[in-house]
Amino acid sequence: MNDDVDAVTVAPQPGALPQFVSPIVPKGTIAGRALVAIVAIMTFLASLTTGAVVLVRSAASDWQSEVAREVTIQVRPVGNRNLEADVTRAADIARRFPGVADVRVYSKEESSHLLEPWLGTGLVLEELPVPRLAVVRITSGATPEFQQLGRLLAEQVPSASLDDHRGFVEHMRSMGRAAFLGGLAVLALVLVATVLSVTFATRGAIATNRTVVEVLHLIGAKNTFIAQHFQRRFLGLGLQGGLIGGGSALVLFGLVEFASRHFLGSAAGDQFGALFGSFSIGIFGYVAVALQIALIAGVTALASRRTVNRTLETFE
Amino acid sequence: MVRFENVGLRYGLGPEVLRDLSFRIEPHSFQFLTGPSGAGKTSLMRLLFLALRPTRGLITLFGHDIATLNKDAMATLRRRIGVVFQDFRLIDHMTTYENVALPLRVVGQEEGSFRDEVVELLQWVGLGERMWALPPVLSGGEKQRAAIARAVIARPQLLLADEPTGNVDPSLAQRLLRLFVELNKSGTSIVIATHDIALMDQYDARRLVLHEGRIHVYE
Repeated sequence: MNDDVDAVTVAPQPGALPQFVSPIVPKGTIAGRALVAIVAIMTFLASLTTGAVVLVRSAASDWQSEVAREVTIQVRPVGNRNLEADVTRAADIARRFPGVADVRVYSKEESSHLLEPWLGTGLVLEELPVPRLAVVRITSGATPEFQQLGRLLAEQVPSASLDDHRGFVEHMRSMGRAAFLGGLAVLALVLVATVLSVTFATRGAIATNRTVVEVLHLIGAKNTFIAQHFQRRFLGLGLQGGLIGGGSALVLFGLVEFASRHFLGSAAGDQFGALFGSFSIGIFGYVAVALQIALIAGVTALASRRTVNRTLETFE
Repeated sequence: MVRFENVGLRYGLGPEVLRDLSFRIEPHSFQFLTGPSGAGKTSLMRLLFLALRPTRGLITLFGHDIATLNKDAMATLRRRIGVVFQDFRLIDHMTTYENVALPLRVVGQEEGSFRDEVVELLQWVGLGERMWALPPVLSGGEKQRAAIARAVIARPQLLLADEPTGNVDPSLAQRLLRLFVELNKSGTSIVIATHDIALMDQYDARRLVLHEGRIHVYE
């Protein structure tokens, strides 16, 4: 019997006619509340995983596009050629090239700073054959012919070479893909665990209502009538749990996004931004979480229907 | 109304608990089903209210061979049978009124069409003041009467009662028997499964006696 239903007497209203107001499937039972809690927890975890996968995917894509929007010209000191003149000439060639937005030549001091991690401070650059760098930023949306730019530099500044970071970008791309696929695998496992735990919790909740199923069956209710009532109730419980869990995850993502914007400009904030970009799961992330809530609620409803049908089979 | 022809029943691979049962239950009839514990009374009652299918033999109910019926047709047949369970099986989250009205609700009747009838029946069985009460706060006798009211509210053609006086004192048992007799006079066939010899002695009716899985009919 449903010993978790509050045993109270419904007080009669003076002169009032009795009314059939109770639902066929009881509301507010302990098993129902436990199911909502399980659905909420599992939806929260699944939503966090989904958000993490979306973030990894967008961060990897941001890293790739950041790197792909830049190429580097390296000018080596060769024989008795004037290094400064070669750097200026190479930068001029790049600036005039179609699709280039900006060229920034690293000064001697900046070049020495770049070498500090390896060679230490107080470096006298003139005493070493250190190449000079110019970073070429590409106009957004443009796809310059880097091979042609490389040929022009080789013809006019023989000591200059162009590095379009292709190898690095490829490496980044495969890393990003691996991280995304790994995230998807984890998400799949979390979703399987969610479906299984929600299914078993639903079966447990239905088991506490076995008397209701049996009585309805024996007084002549058709199986579809019984299954529909349970499915409707459990869809409601699944949606309730899903909205609590998924909603909490979305609130958490919103708070972290807000915090990351708030701390933008600080050292920690910059590092965070460099890793995760804007830390926004975007519309795709929100839609994915909403779909997840619907999926888990659907699984709850379907599991209840199957369990009720199985229970009914044991009566026949 | 009900016809059993050489019906046998076994659970799984166990021995037959009911053997070669052949009998009829006629319209407007009244009978006691009795026998020692373990004789198979509850199994026979479960066959009668379609909670079990026989392992052999033929059962026809209201002219239908139950072996040929699908689930929906079985549900429709069950609506013509009222059952009073020994353990009442009232639904705890529903009031007495709702429990009694449930058979009418599941067939899709509007509440306006049955409310007065349910209230009248509850008053007739002495539960007029308890129609808002939930089963956990009802006494054993009140639960018994609510279970009987639920079984008869849809005016079944056949009423099956499993030990309906098992949980009540002798005076209430007598009142309940009078209730069944009244129902029988209004056209319902009654089968009461009981151990209670005193109860059977109070009313001269046909007796179906089960012994070691076989039935003996005393007209």
